[in-house]
Amino acid sequence: MRVTWDGREVEARPGQTVAGVLIANGVRSWRTTRAEGRPRGLFCGIGVCFDCLVRVNGVPDVRACQRLVADGDDIRPQRGAELPS
Amino acid sequence: MSRVVVVGGGPAGMAAAEAAASRGVEVVLIDAAPKLGGQYHRQDGLSSEDRLAPSAAHADRRWTSPENVEHVPDASAWAVEAVDGGHRVHVRVGLADDPSREGRVFATRALVLATGAYDRALPFPGWDLPGVFTAGAAQALAKGQGVAVGDRVVVGGTGPFLLPVASSLVGVGARVVEVAEANAAVTGWLSRPTGAMAGWSKAGELARYAGVLARHGVPYRSRTAVLAAHGAESVESVTVARLDRDWSPVPGTERRVEADAVAVGFGFTPQLELALAARCRLEDGFVAVDAAQGTSVDGVFAAGELTGIGGADLAAAEGAVAGFAAAKRLGAVVEAPLRAMSRVRAGRRFARALAAAYPVRSGWQDWLRDDTVVCRCEEVAKRALYRAVDERDVGAAGPLKLVSGAGLGLCQGRICGRNAAELAGLDDPAAFAKRPIAVPLRLSELAEESRAEAPVDAEAAARPFGIDR
Amino acid sequence: MGRIESADVVVVGAGIIGAACAEALSAAGLRVLVLDRGAPAAATTASGEGNVLVSDKGPGPELDLAVASRRRWPDLIDSLREELGDELARVEWEPKGGLMVATEPEAVGPLAALTRAQRAAGIEAVDLDAAAARDMEPHLTERVEAAAHYPEDAQLQPVLAAMALLAAVRARGGEVRGGVEAHGVVYDPGGAVCGVRVDGDAIPCGAVVNACGPWAGHLSVAAGAPVEVLPRRGMVLVTAPLPPVVRRKVYAADYVAAVASGAVDLQVSPVVESTATGTVLIGSSRRRVGFDDALEVEVLQRLARSAIALFPVLSGVPVMRAYGGFRPYTPDHLPVIGEDPRTPGLWHATGHEGAGIGLAPATGRLLADLMCGREPELDAMPFRVDRPAVIVGSAVER
Repeated sequence: MRVTWDGREVEARPGQTVAGVLIANGVRSWRTTRAEGRPRGLFCGIGVCFDCLVRVNGVPDVRACQRLVADGDDIRPQRGAELPS
Repeated sequence: MSRVVVVGGGPAGMAAAEAAASRGVEVVLIDAAPKLGGQYHRQDGLSSEDRLAPSAAHADRRWTSPENVEHVPDASAWAVEAVDGGHRVHVRVGLADDPSREGRVFATRALVLATGAYDRALPFPGWDLPGVFTAGAAQALAKGQGVAVGDRVVVGGTGPFLLPVASSLVGVGARVVEVAEANAAVTGWLSRPTGAMAGWSKAGELARYAGVLARHGVPYRSRTAVLAAHGAESVESVTVARLDRDWSPVPGTERRVEADAVAVGFGFTPQLELALAARCRLEDGFVAVDAAQGTSVDGVFAAGELTGIGGADLAAAEGAVAGFAAAKRLGAVVEAPLRAMSRVRAGRRFARALAAAYPVRSGWQDWLRDDTVVCRCEEVAKRALYRAVDERDVGAAGPLKLVSGAGLGLCQGRICGRNAAELAGLDDPAAFAKRPIAVPLRLSELAEESRAEAPVDAEAAARPFGIDR
Repeated sequence: MGRIESADVVVVGAGIIGAACAEALSAAGLRVLVLDRGAPAAATTASGEGNVLVSDKGPGPELDLAVASRRRWPDLIDSLREELGDELARVEWEPKGGLMVATEPEAVGPLAALTRAQRAAGIEAVDLDAAAARDMEPHLTERVEAAAHYPEDAQLQPVLAAMALLAAVRARGGEVRGGVEAHGVVYDPGGAVCGVRVDGDAIPCGAVVNACGPWAGHLSVAAGAPVEVLPRRGMVLVTAPLPPVVRRKVYAADYVAAVASGAVDLQVSPVVESTATGTVLIGSSRRRVGFDDALEVEVLQRLARSAIALFPVLSGVPVMRAYGGFRPYTPDHLPVIGEDPRTPGLWHATGHEGAGIGLAPATGRLLADLMCGREPELDAMPFRVDRPAVIVGSAVER
């Protein structure tokens, strides 16, 4: 399965979460906070903290720890608050 | 409608579905995850098959979904509404947080809530750096995704759950630098269980984890905590120190430890959203239940960590009791599940002993600096909470949120709520827990016409149709 | 600071109206004790959007009160800042302006008639065509037919505002006591107020102000002088924090009709605005359901649809919260401000429905003027207690 992270193709397998793919690829942070621009990544891992937000196929505010990857997903970092495209 | 609706596919929800189904009742089992098991039986997400550990209720076999159970995976239950004679559960089904999800509505006269709990994380300077995780995150990533959260990991917090987490990390190739237990050592009573801990069925399992850690030379230190995480863009090292009985750091005991990840867990917080939306009464921050797991609301049952933190065995026993009671409410012939009820009683004794042995002590508040972030979403520091109380005399959760900003972000106080309430001197642990929208959904999803569903049919449901096996 | 044993005035209710009354009374030199059965600013005030509007009312006494209040807020905030300092006087005052939008051709005429009447009453209301409206709000729907811009509409954070007012009361020697319920009023043999009853005790005072908002009816009954104030429920949706998408308070032209309606049934009329934290608030609904606070998915659905109709860009954003509150509703839609003629010394200041934040300072000043025998800035007659819509029979036997 092929997905892209920030425009670059990365390996992914069915059943992986977006967070699983990113961490397996050495990415630890994929979001910045709205107020202070601080880096964030996975924190609670089970969908309650909303810290691991990521942009998937143009839609921001997707929890990377909950979202299963699908073939062709375009995954991008989220900077602060974003609108869907 | 004459079926039991169970929300949550962990040990409690699975046992509830199975118990109700065994009485011949139709069951809908709603779960947010793609695979059943919940946080405890976290399944390998990469494997194409279901490999559930044997459920505690039936130690002799794997759990398979009975025929009359409809398992609805990838389903976010975002609202519970009271309707005549029962409740309506509103669900979005599909890829997490995607606007393309499908809406479903389940009406029921017998609702079992088994929504579980999540790790409580206490704030400390640097806890918002990438590389700091909850213990549950480390566990979920290791067991569900086969990845380690880091190469050199410090595990900290309190309670026996730290052992399986450290052991899972070792299992996926991480080096666990140390395990810091803020209370007394688990291994103390593990080697010689006495008192209320004697005969606890989990003791053997924990001893195995302890064995794994010992073989890998992982130091396990009691009365110790991670007091700070350091790094520019992510964790590079942590400060670890000894604690006194109240969890205040003992001066002069601080050590710098090189690590690229920290996994912390200080017990668990119940996921109360749906229970509160159904207006179930709470007691000490958990859903109050009777001997049949009935809540204060007719037709709503609760099982598992919602009613108190007690682990998978207790959750499964409570789930079974709730499932039988829910089936009975729909008219099935059900005898009192005496064995499950006695397992519940025994489980609660252990749960009480565990809670007493692994409390969260107030000294954690000393770990914070004035500028330490308490609310991660809105980046609200401790200072802002203190000022709300000192300068404005804030005395309730609502005004505290609006004055300080804590709890106003996307997590809606799930992570900071208990900590902020304690720092502000509010004594209700569930002060931030009322979230009528139990999980966010897109505005377009909310705007969608709900798929019409037959109303709750009290008369039909009251007719006995149970098949006693 | 020692606890007050007796007061000139006891204000019951520490929401925005109680706080504004207490502030005005303490500014007049009176010793004020504010009681609240819960925490200050934790009920209706904490559920409001913080509207300070002149746009949502047709000409009449409520508009006069709104205009006086809108002029008073900035001065009041300035004086609070001088008295209390910047931090305590921080109320997130934002004179952002309002935009009323007609999306149906048949709404264009009535909107123009409304703005004409409002202009005649001294309100700044600028008629806009669709292009001008979309210049002001670039994300607005393309289905705009016409709009009106109200530069005077403003917003503040209601909890901060109430707390700033209460801080001023404390600074002037008054006291605010949370968690204390007023169970009734004590009268002297001549029938005048001489105290307020709290748990097993009475606090001596010269006057009592009933500022209990939607619960004002309860206290009025307990005090033996019932007034007709009913709860009218509202729900608000809160989105995730967003980049700036909505600049002003934007609402549909049918909003004024929904506010003025007395219907028991659900009324939904879109009001969309952003907050200082980046969230967008989506109102507004009205339904008279008593004090039932259960979530109604149908209401949320209708709010969501109406907001998307105004701002299609919001369609894909997450909604993270819904909250409800109760507005104090009077059958003739006018606040009740004044002394109860049946019970000298018992005053009412309630019934502001969804406009309490905006109307608070003028309400407080009017009440203080009347109580101190000063010539009020506004005609108090329309808000008097003994009007047929409000007064429920004569005083009951005590």
